[in-house]
Amino acid sequence: MKLTVWTYEGPPHVGAMRVATAMKGLHYVLHAPQGDTYADLLFTMIERRNHRPPVSYTTFQARDLGADTATLFKKSCQDAVDRFQPEAIIVGASCTAELIQDDPAGLSETMGLSIPVIPLELPSYSRKENFGADETFYQIVKALAKPQERTARVTCNILGPTALGFRARDDVEELTGLLSDLGVQVNVVAPLGATPSDIARLPAAHFNVLLSPETGEAAARWLEKNHHQPFTKIVPIGVGATRDFIAEIGDIIGKPVLIDESRLRMPWWSRSVDSTYLTGKRVFIFGDGTHVAAHARIARDEMGFEVVGIGCYNREMARPVRALAKSYGLEALITDDYLEVEAAIEALSPEMILGTQMERHIGKRLGIPCAVISAPVHVQDFPARYSPQVGFEGANVIFDTLIHPLVMGLEEHLLTMFRDDFEFHDDAGPSHHGGKAKAKVEAVVEEAPAPQDDNIIWLADAEKELKKIPFFVRGKARRNTETYATQKGLHQISLDTLYEAKAHYAR
Amino acid sequence: MNALTPSNGGCRTAPVLKERGQREVFCGLTGIIWLHRKMQDAFFLVVGSRTCAHLLQSAAGVMIFAEPRFGTAILEETDLAGMKDAQTEIDREVARLLARRPDIRQLFLVGSCPSEVIKIDLAKAAERLSQIHAPHVRVLNYSGSGIETTFTEGEDACLACMVPVLKSTEARELLVVGALPDVVEDQMLSLLADMGVGPVRLLPARRIDDTTAVGPNTVFALVQPFLGETHSALERRGARHLAAPFPFGDEGTTAWLRVIATEFGVSEETFEAVTAAPRARARKAIAQAAEVLRGKSVFFFPDSQLEIPLARFLTRECGMTAIEVGSPYIHDALHGPDLDLLPAGPQISEGQDVDKQLDRARAARPDLTICGLGLANPLEAEGLSTKWAIELVFTPVHFYEQAGDLAGLFSRPLRRKAVLHLEAAE
Repeated sequence: MKLTVWTYEGPPHVGAMRVATAMKGLHYVLHAPQGDTYADLLFTMIERRNHRPPVSYTTFQARDLGADTATLFKKSCQDAVDRFQPEAIIVGASCTAELIQDDPAGLSETMGLSIPVIPLELPSYSRKENFGADETFYQIVKALAKPQERTARVTCNILGPTALGFRARDDVEELTGLLSDLGVQVNVVAPLGATPSDIARLPAAHFNVLLSPETGEAAARWLEKNHHQPFTKIVPIGVGATRDFIAEIGDIIGKPVLIDESRLRMPWWSRSVDSTYLTGKRVFIFGDGTHVAAHARIARDEMGFEVVGIGCYNREMARPVRALAKSYGLEALITDDYLEVEAAIEALSPEMILGTQMERHIGKRLGIPCAVISAPVHVQDFPARYSPQVGFEGANVIFDTLIHPLVMGLEEHLLTMFRDDFEFHDDAGPSHHGGKAKAKVEAVVEEAPAPQDDNIIWLADAEKELKKIPFFVRGKARRNTETYATQKGLHQISLDTLYEAKAHYAR
Repeated sequence: MNALTPSNGGCRTAPVLKERGQREVFCGLTGIIWLHRKMQDAFFLVVGSRTCAHLLQSAAGVMIFAEPRFGTAILEETDLAGMKDAQTEIDREVARLLARRPDIRQLFLVGSCPSEVIKIDLAKAAERLSQIHAPHVRVLNYSGSGIETTFTEGEDACLACMVPVLKSTEARELLVVGALPDVVEDQMLSLLADMGVGPVRLLPARRIDDTTAVGPNTVFALVQPFLGETHSALERRGARHLAAPFPFGDEGTTAWLRVIATEFGVSEETFEAVTAAPRARARKAIAQAAEVLRGKSVFFFPDSQLEIPLARFLTRECGMTAIEVGSPYIHDALHGPDLDLLPAGPQISEGQDVDKQLDRARAARPDLTICGLGLANPLEAEGLSTKWAIELVFTPVHFYEQAGDLAGLFSRPLRRKAVLHLEAAE
């Protein structure tokens, strides 16, 4: 047993639901008790979908357990086929049904249904949501994809986008446009928007673009092996990654590709002098492996941040994320325990977090700005506006996303100069975030010593001076000074120590 | 019956459509979301799966990032294979938890679907842990599993498991049963105090040290219509139930208070003196919100067992017509008084077969549909106005001062529909 308060991923059958809900003409018959129907609200409320997920739950109860839950499953299966008339169904069990071992696969096989029935084995007690989505999509592709001629023109499939994906809707649109600019037509996008008959047509494409490795890699690998379709390894999030992706496409289709970059504003936005203040901002990056890897590159190479922490919650990506962190001189944090992530962030006191909804809450608690770059998502991560992450427009969008939580350039200077102004002061936060603004309360001089390292004491004058440093760099100043004092073997921090440390770390 | 009985008879003896099929409801674990805020020294430890943890997180909607007083001990492969002893595992997790949270005085071990199916004996665990951690911490257990409880039945199971350990008393006391928001609870206590009714005890009490006790001279009133098990458990301890309509709206609140007033011999003058002003306020507030509800039809999907009392409120005090009133379960001892007052006409249904019920709702095209979160947006997309039912459980809606807010919850979707003009101008 493991005590969990908040989770980054749901159970694997929720992953299967993400695939089923993304598709059309597919129905999921899930052997599960009534409480599991909560998962519908993820799609209807968080993603604001205007239809119910295509899922029939058997909703067995305690009194059914002694009787015949297997018959209940078969009835649900038949009812779903009769009512919704899908082209194919997927069948499986949630965590509780896994324990009663009714074997949905075997049961549905005996029913003699006229449509394909794809059984899912998703181990609820060892795997999680992303695995569930990846495995489900793989099983669907394996069952339905048919050998066939390649299309006459160069085409590709886009693999991986699911329901509840982070910006999946807009990423598909942006990527389709980018590929079209490169002279590549999209054969099928799957699972998002695909029907079972579309899945059958996957092998007609010349290659696959793997947009979301978390949810599409198993299918991409199977198609590579069985239908000889190469797949792209670069996810085009960020300027550099998009350019590399374009080159990768060129390699796959065997001819150089040229593209009009006039829509790409990001490099200039980052180079322009207003962005100077971004230099060396210390950022902590946490999320799913794919988005973390993309953002590590964006943060360091395209924004000029200093990356002080990297990690992911999905163990499937542990290996590449560890290697990535190492190349940044860091040790990766691979965990799905949000308390551990919070502790790491608190210890590093970064100036900004690039994270998930969980880190947004951590940031709120610790007073650190946070930009959301990855699932898990909340309703606000499904914006009405066009807001892709991939390609040129994605790079533009990400630039805006990353600077929005920060205090902006000149404001930062003004705060430093006039930090005691009654309206324009530390506690007010960035001025473009109205909600945080509050009038300055003349603080009663706090005598309580601030939290400090075990053996280091802040003398009163140094402590007072520290408070004059603007809030968005105070954490860093405190940490640097304490590190400096430790290195020098000092047990007390005086005003001089503070400024010596400042000089030491000057850049 | 009495002066309030509808002229066309009530619904108490109306035929009930009993359905079994796919149910679109939460499980009893959901109650933890409000119970852990209500009982300030309690922690709820679910012994379950990743699904349980994900449900609690998703149902909470916005995460409560002050460290919540609930968590899930997630069963892993090794627990199922019998490689680890579940009881030892629970002991370890509880010891760790209590060491970190010395403010916890009562711990609830909450059973889930998987823990019930593999038959982890949480009663045994609770008994053992109570001995280990007594007297500082009391450990109890109940099941919030979806194979045994539907949504609000989780609170029922929680309160029922507290009844056997309540202190005994011979005193004549009023016990008010059901979790209410503190502000509403205070209003209720002040109304009862002004009528001279007392002493009044509460279940659940806000903290464990409170003086809630039960015995043969206890009379109890329910403020929530989903407390069937707790009702039986209290009767087993010798307490007597004061059956009454539930305190929603002006009429419901007055009827509920009157039953108690009669029991405690409160004079008519005192009753009038205490209730006249808040009643007038409630009527005024309801009248404002009811303007848009009058003459409109309403359809209830089963969710929280609040459906019957709320249908009574909407039809009698807001002028709506009920088409179907679905409830996950109907208990005559609890819902009877409200069914008596609900004017005959609507189809009363118990249980659910969601696809068939959706067919009925589509055919009836009600002006307002009360349903769960999974159904609301899909029905809106079909042009039906909806009110998501979970808000009725998460919002202060009981007693006089909230009666206007309660009506407002139903009128807002209709008002919104009226104010939005999203089409092109002619």
